[in-house]
Amino acid sequence: MANIAPSVLRQASRLASKSAISSVSRSGARSLSRVAIQSNVPATRTYVTQSRPDNAQVQAETAIRLDKKEFEKAGLTVSGQDGSSGHVSPMADVLSQATMMDEGQRPIYLDMQATTPLDPRVLDAMLPFYTGVYGNPHSRTHAYGWESEKAVEDARQHIADLIGADPKEIIFTSGATESNNMSIKGVARFFGRSGKKKHIITSQTEHKCVLDSCRHLQDEGFEVTYLPVQSNGLIDLKLLEESIRPDTVLISIMAVNNEIGVIQPLAEIGKLCRAKKVFFHTDAAQAVGKLSLDVNEMNIDLMSISSHKIYGPKGIGACFVRRRPRVRLDPIISGGGQERGLRSGTLAPALVVGFGEACRIAKEEMEYDSKRIKFLSDRLLNGLLSMEHTQQNGDHEHFYPGCVNVSFAYVEGESLLMALKDIALSSGSACTSASLEPSYVLRALGNSDESAHSSIRFGIGRFTTEQEIDYVLKAVTQRVGFLRELSPLWELVQEGVDLNTIEWSQH
Amino acid sequence: MSAVVGKADSAQRVLSLYRQLLRQGNQFAAYNFREYAKRRTRDAFHENKGVEDPRRIQELLQKGLKELQMLKRQTVISQFYQQDRLVVEGGLSGKDTGSQGGTVRQKDTG
Repeated sequence: MANIAPSVLRQASRLASKSAISSVSRSGARSLSRVAIQSNVPATRTYVTQSRPDNAQVQAETAIRLDKKEFEKAGLTVSGQDGSSGHVSPMADVLSQATMMDEGQRPIYLDMQATTPLDPRVLDAMLPFYTGVYGNPHSRTHAYGWESEKAVEDARQHIADLIGADPKEIIFTSGATESNNMSIKGVARFFGRSGKKKHIITSQTEHKCVLDSCRHLQDEGFEVTYLPVQSNGLIDLKLLEESIRPDTVLISIMAVNNEIGVIQPLAEIGKLCRAKKVFFHTDAAQAVGKLSLDVNEMNIDLMSISSHKIYGPKGIGACFVRRRPRVRLDPIISGGGQERGLRSGTLAPALVVGFGEACRIAKEEMEYDSKRIKFLSDRLLNGLLSMEHTQQNGDHEHFYPGCVNVSFAYVEGESLLMALKDIALSSGSACTSASLEPSYVLRALGNSDESAHSSIRFGIGRFTTEQEIDYVLKAVTQRVGFLRELSPLWELVQEGVDLNTIEWSQH
Repeated sequence: MSAVVGKADSAQRVLSLYRQLLRQGNQFAAYNFREYAKRRTRDAFHENKGVEDPRRIQELLQKGLKELQMLKRQTVISQFYQQDRLVVEGGLSGKDTGSQGGTVRQKDTG
């Protein structure tokens, strides 16, 4: 009997929300259902009634189906499919099958911080290097090598142009993770040899590969300061300055955070580092090609760049290593001495060319793309924040509009992701999306566990359309409403109970 | 007189290129690329609507022709490796009536 009551309530409330009538009649329906429960269940309903796990689960499949039905009911392009084929021709069945498959099932991609689709223009530039041009760019003795080398050097030029560097300062690596490892471990080991420079500064919201490299160096006897961030995600420059010691060798601060999109004040940090004669490394995987960066203006000594975040191919990245004043590194990979000896190994011309083309396009299209992404982001953010009990994570001014991180209170983030199966989203970085731990970035901002758990990151990119944003807004609004209707906490909040005042009984 | 003729001639070439780019872009099997190609073409032509300098017009035309070549190759590739359709395609019902780009899709290649 006790578990009939929640299901009745759930159904009634679902009906109420489905019919999408005004809030007046909605509250009427809810009170009606409550009356019905009270007449059925003699026991009073308390705040600690247990909810069985299978009651709490969202039927994502049905939720989506229902949704679709509803869309159709709204009278948008419904074409009668059944009964039309009859026995007109043998092909009719086949054709009806074909149109059945036209029904879209593939989710909308809104996880542009994890990776981006390969731009067709980039693929077009890459294809010759997978078919005809297969020379080793390091072969100096024949034409096959020369043409590959020429293409690689052109690509290097495009990348250097994008960040205002000299092409000789660009070192190709396998990706931003390798670049980060190379920079942090390389500089620390080179300058740590003398035993005088033993201190590294980084922030708590860095990407895992930076944090892990630092942890690794701690085992080797280095000291690492993990700077806390303010509640808006920005680092405190004063605190940074105070943390610099005479034996500090490197400061590593990321340009744009991958989870909350906060843009750190690179120019100010760079100036500080230059004044204190400390090397400045920045992980700009999420920033390059989206914001205008200039390594000379910002006094950046080392910069990690990734290709697949700017619509380039996966498996390649680059590291900017300043030559004047020279930054010396201890290479991780030794071998044939390619790439100034900092990263030996044959380059992949196709990937390098794709990366270069992606950078060229990013530079050319930056203005157009930024305007477009800002427009879509505003649309999404306004829509999401107009729902009750939602808040944006991170700084509201200094963030990259393509990364919108929003907390939905009283909803479990992972269950919302499950309910939003038709939209490809993530609650945090892709590396940590397998674990159910709350995001360490949001915890570092001082968010509570609950808030960090209920956050979702929306990534908007070059190929996102307005139609998709509207679909997402509609879907999120509906499913969040649905999940909240299930939640006993939400019920309490609606009744005006402050959740912090409740003393939860221990089981 | 010849200048006027030249102008009218280039206007026609621009219009023809515009139409070809739009038509070719519409052939992308992937929804996002298709929409982007159409939108980018439209915006680029609108952006350069006021260009008067004939040399600049020539440059832009050349660029457009290069893009058209690229589109021709890439739309074919896109049609070879088709994916399932997106949930937003073909209106909110998720069904495509086959008039816009839907005709290129024949079967699910998984």
